[in-house]
Amino acid sequence: MSRYVPKDKNVNIEDRSSKICDSIEAAIKKSGLKDGMTISFHHAFRGGDKVLNKVMQIIADLGIKDLTLASSSLASVHDELITHIENGVVTQIYTSGLRSKLGEAISYGLMDKPVQIHSHGGRVHLLQSGELKIDVAFIGVPCIDRFGNATGSKGRSKCGSLGYAMSDAHYAKYVVTLSETLEPYPNGPASITQDQVDSIVLVDEVGDPSKIGEGATRMTTNPKELLLARRTARVIENSGLFKNGYSLQTGTGGSSLATTIFLSEIMEKKDIKASFGLGGITGTMVYMLKRGLIEKLLDVQSFDEFAAKSLGENPNHIEISANEYANPSSKGTSISQLDVCILSALEVDLNFNVNVITGSKGLLRGASGGHCDTAAEAKLSIIVAPLTRGRIPTIRNRVNTIVTPGETVDVLVTDQGIAVHPRNAELKTRLKKAGLTVVDIKDLHKRAIALCGQPKAIKYTDKVVAQIRYRDGSIIDEVRQLAK
Amino acid sequence: MKLRRSMLFVPGSNTAMVCNAYVYKPDTVMFDLEDSVALAEKDSARLMVYHALKHFVYKDIETAVRVNPLDSPYGHLDLEAVVTAGVDIVRLPKTDSVEDVLAMQEAIEKIEKKTGRTKKTLLLAAIESAQGVVNAVDIARCTPRLMGIALGAEDYVRDLRTQRTRAGHELSAARSQILIAARAAKIQAFDSVFSDVRDKEGFIEEVKKIKNLGFDGKSLVNPNQIYLLHHIYAPSQEEIEWALEVVEAAEYAKRNGLGVVSIDGRMVDAPVVARAEFTLKLAKISGFMGEDDE
Amino acid sequence: MKVVNSAHAGTLESSDAYIQINPINEDIVEIELESSVEELYGEMIEELIRETLKQMEVSHVHVKIQDKGALDLVLKARLQAAVLRACQLSRNPDWSLL
Repeated sequence: MSRYVPKDKNVNIEDRSSKICDSIEAAIKKSGLKDGMTISFHHAFRGGDKVLNKVMQIIADLGIKDLTLASSSLASVHDELITHIENGVVTQIYTSGLRSKLGEAISYGLMDKPVQIHSHGGRVHLLQSGELKIDVAFIGVPCIDRFGNATGSKGRSKCGSLGYAMSDAHYAKYVVTLSETLEPYPNGPASITQDQVDSIVLVDEVGDPSKIGEGATRMTTNPKELLLARRTARVIENSGLFKNGYSLQTGTGGSSLATTIFLSEIMEKKDIKASFGLGGITGTMVYMLKRGLIEKLLDVQSFDEFAAKSLGENPNHIEISANEYANPSSKGTSISQLDVCILSALEVDLNFNVNVITGSKGLLRGASGGHCDTAAEAKLSIIVAPLTRGRIPTIRNRVNTIVTPGETVDVLVTDQGIAVHPRNAELKTRLKKAGLTVVDIKDLHKRAIALCGQPKAIKYTDKVVAQIRYRDGSIIDEVRQLAK
Repeated sequence: MKLRRSMLFVPGSNTAMVCNAYVYKPDTVMFDLEDSVALAEKDSARLMVYHALKHFVYKDIETAVRVNPLDSPYGHLDLEAVVTAGVDIVRLPKTDSVEDVLAMQEAIEKIEKKTGRTKKTLLLAAIESAQGVVNAVDIARCTPRLMGIALGAEDYVRDLRTQRTRAGHELSAARSQILIAARAAKIQAFDSVFSDVRDKEGFIEEVKKIKNLGFDGKSLVNPNQIYLLHHIYAPSQEEIEWALEVVEAAEYAKRNGLGVVSIDGRMVDAPVVARAEFTLKLAKISGFMGEDDE
Repeated sequence: MKVVNSAHAGTLESSDAYIQINPINEDIVEIELESSVEELYGEMIEELIRETLKQMEVSHVHVKIQDKGALDLVLKARLQAAVLRACQLSRNPDWSLL
């Protein structure tokens, strides 16, 4: 133990704002970012993100190279990364999703090291296990105070929940925050807190408000989506779980939102209230909250401005971190308390394995997201998809890429029949008794192929361009490079 | 008699609809080659409907085709294609008289003979003018091939020289006469389309009204209307309970060799029993007794 | 059947196919295929075109198909419509060949 040495008292007021940097460049220099390090971003701004590209350009201009980029997900707005990869600025990627030109370029072998595709819960597990070590986290927030207390549900580019950013802030060595708005100290209630933040940069834009929302807030009129929604609502109604206090997670997309609305109608008629809604929160869930059909919302990502606003205003709309949401090695995940989840699929195979990451032509164009997490923990995981999309069959002998293993899937709802996983005999009986058409998944597959024809197998090379990491970190599948 | 609550109109030139109509399980799929198909596309639509009729997805669902009038350049070609392909029902547009029906029947018989088709093609006459309404009774009775008559409201209202309104009073005379004619001839009666697909309340109101009038079913323009209509046509809980009682009483009478079926001392005659059996069939199909598709 | 003119049928809408037929001198069937599902069904579609034309006893043609994921029934219908238009036989097709 050392002896106390008297120091002069610090009354320098300027130091109270000492975290604020003049520019992104200054902040990067201050962070000590060097070649070979790992940087992170979060995707709460989705297609309206203005942070990643800006920061990456400055990093590239500074001549920094060989970085591992860990963004909780990537959108089509991030296609600029192709240039940074070509120039060796980024040599390894960890992400939940890959789309657009970037996904395509990687499918054709742009990178030497395979991209690590993880789920939302799986990302936190990788951080916790130490495989993913963030040296510098870049966290864009709608508003912040001079000391680093940041919120997501106020401000011009409000994004609502900062659930993914919260995990980055927790695990990163150095945290740089970027914000549009400076609030007076102390800003609260804070999602990212002053004791996690190293530096702050004030920028013109962190997000484009017109592109942050997912877009689907009005009820779809597409007949197929409505048919799927009605059928899904009936499956839930007759699942044996549909009673007072049940809990629910739905995705986005026309069918999911319509399902929520049909469920609301049944819930009102039968006087059933849900204890909580989880996710991925949309305006439709907020509507149910306001009507008293759901008691609480647990929000890891706010999909539209209604959700973002509600998070800021309604005490029953609660923000949760990715760790609380789905990390398999956390002390407690909300998904483990969940009854029903509704999930989508690009492909499903005869073993009920689900592909949400590669399309029919083998291109990387989707996201692992919370899919395998929720399927694994929810009491009832429902996959909803049309039997065919145009001439492309949804049901395959074997999926291109396994993201969610069939052992965690309970039932597949298509527009031409419902298939229940053989493990779940009770559910099959219940649904049949309710008068729903339950068929063998093999028959659904046969029908899809009879309609479309047997598709030709995709040609790949031997090079692995992406590894799909299951939520526990193990490699569940690999994506190979497409042959030209 | 075949349940024909919903008759989904599918323009024969619309590939997406032709390829998907079966998914929504209407009681009948009605491919249209007439008014919804442009003149330049008549031949192409005819071929598409021909192939659709032969496709396996339409094997287990009743099919109908609205052909062009026989006096148009297209009518005979339409008939040749669809009767050869095996369509269940041919819908005659603008049926004004018995002659119209008999001419169509003759043309169909020729084709059936030529192709060796054994299953008789049924006819559905669309009444779309004042003249047609006046002749409705004769039309309904003129041939056993005619399974029903339908009201074509758009052309009918134009013939009356008035406009359509939401309340639909301009149609009440035609609706009544068509329904009465159908019942006198013991065939089915169908109401016209409700074209405003966004007006859900208006559609529900109209379906309730025509159901109460006694119509067997209605033509629909959008798959979203099918589920709403089937829901309204489903029997109520009271109706189902009554029907169960009647059927049980009938079975009891049969088992015990009784000549008369009675409930609570009151006699229940054959048509009532038949109605009760139909109600239970409808209840099953509507999902109230363990059989459904939604 | 003899193809005398150029003709076309179909549209570029999703799940449809736009098919153009042009007569050529050689006794062959030339196929130019552009399909949204090329990798998966390109070969199958070409096979279907050849078979359908064979059944209609049609040769000496160049067929250009712009396919937007049409099912076989649509491809057949559009192709046959284009052929009949090109033969100017819209009035009297022999259904046994279709």
